[in-house]
Amino acid sequence: MRRLNGKDHAAALYKIEPFEAFAARIARVTALSKIRRADRGSDAAARAREQIGVEKRRARKAQQLWLWQALRRRAHTQDGLRERLAFFWGDHFTARGKVSVMKRATAPYIESAIRPHVAGFFAEMLKAVTAQPVMLHYLDQKASVGPESVAGKKTSKGLNENLARELLELHTLGADGPYRQADVTGLAELLTGLSYSQEGVFGFRPDFAQPGAEQLLGKRYGDSQGGVAALVDIHAALEDLARHPATARHLARKMAVHFISDRPDPALVAAMERRYLESGGHLGEMTRAMLVHPAAWAPEFVNVKQPIDYIGSALRALAVPHEALGAQDWKAIRRVFAVPLRLMGQSWEEPLGPDGWPEGDADWITPQRLAARVDWAMNAPQGLLSDLPDPRAFLGAALGRNVPEALRFAATAAEDRRTGVGLVLASPAFQRM
Amino acid sequence: MRKPTLNRRALLAGLGCTAAASPWLTPVTFASGTWENRLVVIILRGGMDGLDALRPYGDRDFAGLRGRADQAQPEAGQDLDGFFALNPALAGLMPLWAAGELGFAHAVSTPYRDKRSHFDGQDVLEAGGAGLDGTLRDGWLNRLLQSYPAVHSETAYAVGRGDMLLLKGAASVANWSPEAGLYGLTPQGLRLAEGLMEEDPLFAAAFGEALALSAQSRRMGAGDEALQGEAVMRAMSDSAGAASKGGGHLQIAGFAASKLAGPARIAAFSLNGWDTHANQSRTLAPPLTRLAEVILEMQSTLGAHIWGKTAVVALTEFGRTARLNGNGGSDHGTGGLMVLAGGALRGGRVWSDWPGLSEAALYERRDVMPTRDVRAFSGWLMRDLFGLEKSFIERTVFPGLEMGADPGLVG
Repeated sequence: MRRLNGKDHAAALYKIEPFEAFAARIARVTALSKIRRADRGSDAAARAREQIGVEKRRARKAQQLWLWQALRRRAHTQDGLRERLAFFWGDHFTARGKVSVMKRATAPYIESAIRPHVAGFFAEMLKAVTAQPVMLHYLDQKASVGPESVAGKKTSKGLNENLARELLELHTLGADGPYRQADVTGLAELLTGLSYSQEGVFGFRPDFAQPGAEQLLGKRYGDSQGGVAALVDIHAALEDLARHPATARHLARKMAVHFISDRPDPALVAAMERRYLESGGHLGEMTRAMLVHPAAWAPEFVNVKQPIDYIGSALRALAVPHEALGAQDWKAIRRVFAVPLRLMGQSWEEPLGPDGWPEGDADWITPQRLAARVDWAMNAPQGLLSDLPDPRAFLGAALGRNVPEALRFAATAAEDRRTGVGLVLASPAFQRM
Repeated sequence: MRKPTLNRRALLAGLGCTAAASPWLTPVTFASGTWENRLVVIILRGGMDGLDALRPYGDRDFAGLRGRADQAQPEAGQDLDGFFALNPALAGLMPLWAAGELGFAHAVSTPYRDKRSHFDGQDVLEAGGAGLDGTLRDGWLNRLLQSYPAVHSETAYAVGRGDMLLLKGAASVANWSPEAGLYGLTPQGLRLAEGLMEEDPLFAAAFGEALALSAQSRRMGAGDEALQGEAVMRAMSDSAGAASKGGGHLQIAGFAASKLAGPARIAAFSLNGWDTHANQSRTLAPPLTRLAEVILEMQSTLGAHIWGKTAVVALTEFGRTARLNGNGGSDHGTGGLMVLAGGALRGGRVWSDWPGLSEAALYERRDVMPTRDVRAFSGWLMRDLFGLEKSFIERTVFPGLEMGADPGLVG
């Protein structure tokens, strides 16, 4: 926790483009698309089309390189908790681009909107996320127009409830939270105006914003500025949602399920929930409450690692050097990490829906996905290290003192280093944490 | 894991069995004789051009839109009914047509309109709702499974890498990709790995099944048992690259059929490569050929008896523009084509309320006008194959759908 409250060394060492820089890619593609549309069939349009292809390919490569950065952070950090929290909250606020270079913007989005807030107030993360073009694009908020707004009266466009619904169901109160359809509609009306420019820069559009007050959970929002819609009213609603007891319950449970066990001790969840509310919705405090609780360390409560945790922890145990893969060798990154992650069921940055990755152990340990893990354990380390460690010594690096007898036997009985190291990594003991 | 470790071990030790024989692997027996039929759902990702796959050469506006006078008349042996003709790349399916085991629904679409994004279009297609409002988190094929009381871990198979929203949800679904599978393990390594997995029931069950499946399914290529280390990583990556371009399709079809010949009743997989924005005369033939090969591979692997109980349906997220673009390709559109095959089908027909292709008849003056919801056809197919209530399909599998008149797909 002390490190978590300090400087983010891993991010400084293994850089991932923040969204503010990524926006320049969006701006370039927008400018090129304008040239392309302006004079179809011209040489300039053909060049612009080609250049758009170049931008897309560059962004695709960058996405692979950021995967390697994320893994290197996990392999070499002194502050592993920060990496796991950034992943968890990034998944909580799942968002991904659906078109063009935006498809590659997930890591920059998390770097800018999630990572700075993992040990801070949840309300700040919530405000950052709802001002993030990737989220506004993913959940169609940009297309949402207040029916009575200036723009709404002119066009046939209307309200889109997607972000409002997910904000209540997934991000704050939870699916069993105390809200109804009227609250979804009220929040959707309140959120109108959240938008971003063609250059990928967030902005509030008063012409899209539904005028007047909206009702959310029995409270009025939206008229603090004398009837003029404003961001400050949206923030007031988000702050109230962040401090809501249902939000505390939802977040505490979800966090305990992710970090501790598919069926966490209710006392642990209650302690986290209490601390969250007492601290005014402080994520660092809730995290601390989880870590100091005895139930967090009970040996029978052990989750299966998600694929990214699995590979990340394997790189750490193997002490894979910083430069094991060339920093620009995106093909090797694809081969050694992206393709295996897909086979393990975690196509990187491509979850199927806004509810993110599944949490159940049985979701990950299916025949195909387990086979992919075993394949990786047996075959990938060789290409990442010039010399594989002695399997018996490697047991300690991988599992500390908790080495099951059967594994100690297998590591000793393996006919070569490759198999021995692979067996350690493939063992259930290493795949759980 | 909730169970105390000691009990777990005691259970395994007491049974004295290896993973391969452990009780977690035994599928629940079918409760009744229902669900004897088989359903295969293929998602054609990228937006298949229905107008080119099944050419309405009898429509007087067709040749003009396509700028190809030669398409005004079908090639020999590919005319279906005097109005529609098969794309030559599908010619291998003509015997099925003649046998009444091939059919099409033309000018159909999901409820998705106007934005024409692959991403959203596929989400609507697989979630099975009226749009993208976040109310459906699971896929329609999974909701179908949830209705089946005797569903077990091998009733449904998602074949191939990656997830499919179509099968995501509360009902248990098996997943296997033919090229996955325990490479670079020597026999001794394999035995040691088995011993390790035995410590943990979840891992033991999955590993036992992985062993069985990898033995059954065809591998990446000849001699792949000898691969190890980086060569395995390379082979997998190459195979993934080929698959993103549409390759590996015969392995997938053969594997799916082998499962359907056993206890599985439903299989789903994807075929890629349909986004033909340019040079369509060259770029559309490969995915169409693969689709035809997949159907024929399933027919031959299943054998006449099970093929007779099988329906295959191929769906795509949207059709393409009626007019070819300046690059000889077509852009994202609306109304499209659904391909149906199988011995259970009452085929030899094109189900279509054909809207015509005159400028005024097109959707937004650019796309084929959809005249019926693809979900209606999928819905009737499920009713016919599995005896589901129409009201259940309209309420749960495809919430809000009105199935309309019975097209009589099966029988």
